Amino acid sequence: MDQQAIFLTFRLAAITTVILLAVSIPLGYWLAFGQARWKPLVEAVVALPLVLPPTVLGFYLLVLMGPQTAVGRALSTIFGHPLAFSFAGLLVGSVIFSLPFAVQPMTSGFRSVDREILEAAQLLSADRIRILRRVLLPLVRPFLLTAAVLAFTHTVGEFGVVLMIGGGIPGVTKTLSISIYDQVQDFAYRQANATSLLLLSVSFLALLIIYGRRGRAGV
Amino acid sequence: MSEYLRIDVEHTLGELTLRVACALSAPWTVLFGPSGAGKTSLLRVLGGLTRPHRGRVVLHGRTLADSGSGTWVSPAQREIGFVTQRPTLFPNLNVSANVAFGLRGLSRRASEERAVQMLELFQAGELARRMPADLSGGERQRVALARALAPQPRLLLLDEPFAALDGDLKVSILERLNHWLAEHKVPALYVSHDVAEAFQTASDVLVIERGHIEAQGPPETVLANQRAQLLRHLNSNRTNIGVDGVRLLY
Repeated sequence: MDQQAIFLTFRLAAITTVILLAVSIPLGYWLAFGQARWKPLVEAVVALPLVLPPTVLGFYLLVLMGPQTAVGRALSTIFGHPLAFSFAGLLVGSVIFSLPFAVQPMTSGFRSVDREILEAAQLLSADRIRILRRVLLPLVRPFLLTAAVLAFTHTVGEFGVVLMIGGGIPGVTKTLSISIYDQVQDFAYRQANATSLLLLSVSFLALLIIYGRRGRAGV
Repeated sequence: MSEYLRIDVEHTLGELTLRVACALSAPWTVLFGPSGAGKTSLLRVLGGLTRPHRGRVVLHGRTLADSGSGTWVSPAQREIGFVTQRPTLFPNLNVSANVAFGLRGLSRRASEERAVQMLELFQAGELARRMPADLSGGERQRVALARALAPQPRLLLLDEPFAALDGDLKVSILERLNHWLAEHKVPALYVSHDVAEAFQTASDVLVIERGHIEAQGPPETVLANQRAQLLRHLNSNRTNIGVDGVRLLY
């Protein structure tokens, strides 16, 4: 099995999950409780990766990260190198591609909280962070777990976006899914089978965790 | 008690338009009216849970909301306690932590002591370590009362909070609540459908119908003038008019 690809894939998935949780908690809160008129626009943008072919998303991200755009030039300055075909670029692509898988469970979680409980908290404390930390997050814990597991497994399994942005450079951007593709191209079916079994096991285990926890939490 | 609350607000919610202009000075005011008259909506406006489309709310000389100047004080900064009909305790926190949630600037130990002290006021001290899911409806309501009073609010809003309490306990809790409110000079605005309760407890009655204040004054005067409305409530079977209410009608 491609040890480099395993390490790189799980590193990418772990960092992506941490970033997505940090983003999806405030974004999910806002989507659940916010009243801005342009909320449907944000919801549509967040959900876009669910319906968009990964290659399309990968293509536009590749263009955006390129030296022809102001964003690409700014990112190159910040990171000290072009983002395309780098781990950082892969990370940006993964975060965007897996965004709905983290944001939507969190939004559902916050929406499931009894409005009167939130109002009771707002009557007693003006500190939103305290309300989030002491009341809301404990109540949406099963959804938080779902968001983390889905973000992680979806990143582990992504192919189109990482191929477009990363190009499959060994040790830098070559993830497990690209490794399987290369193994099949080389007729190394035994190796492809071993790698695929690993991904299958990870995905199955993740779903088992989610459904097991949901069953216990009654969600 | 001198005037503590001045309300002049207008708010449309579905088919109901709330147009309320009044001033409160009685320590215990009962807000009386049929279902859908706007009682809860008015309390939500006062508590800051609903932002009125137009108008002004002033509590103890402090403007809490003013559509003209854009003033808006958030619910927690209003120093208003609010207890609803359905007690909504935080299910993940034990009773003591629920009561201590609104306390600020106290050490953990002092907060816990204060929480237990407030619980004991409502004969619920032994519930401190229990979780809300393990409480009966009446116990939850007593905890909700203790939680609302713990930060020592400047006004207490009660939206039919005693519906889940049985007779003797209700009388006992009301007595203790009245005593605490009087001792701390905290006025209360209390929504009730129960005319007998209004007679027993209110120093002032505010009658609301279809979003408007129809009458205000001492219960003997106001409720006598509302005879026709009481009959209507009686016919709709939504109101427990009590013995005093029956005397009033016949």
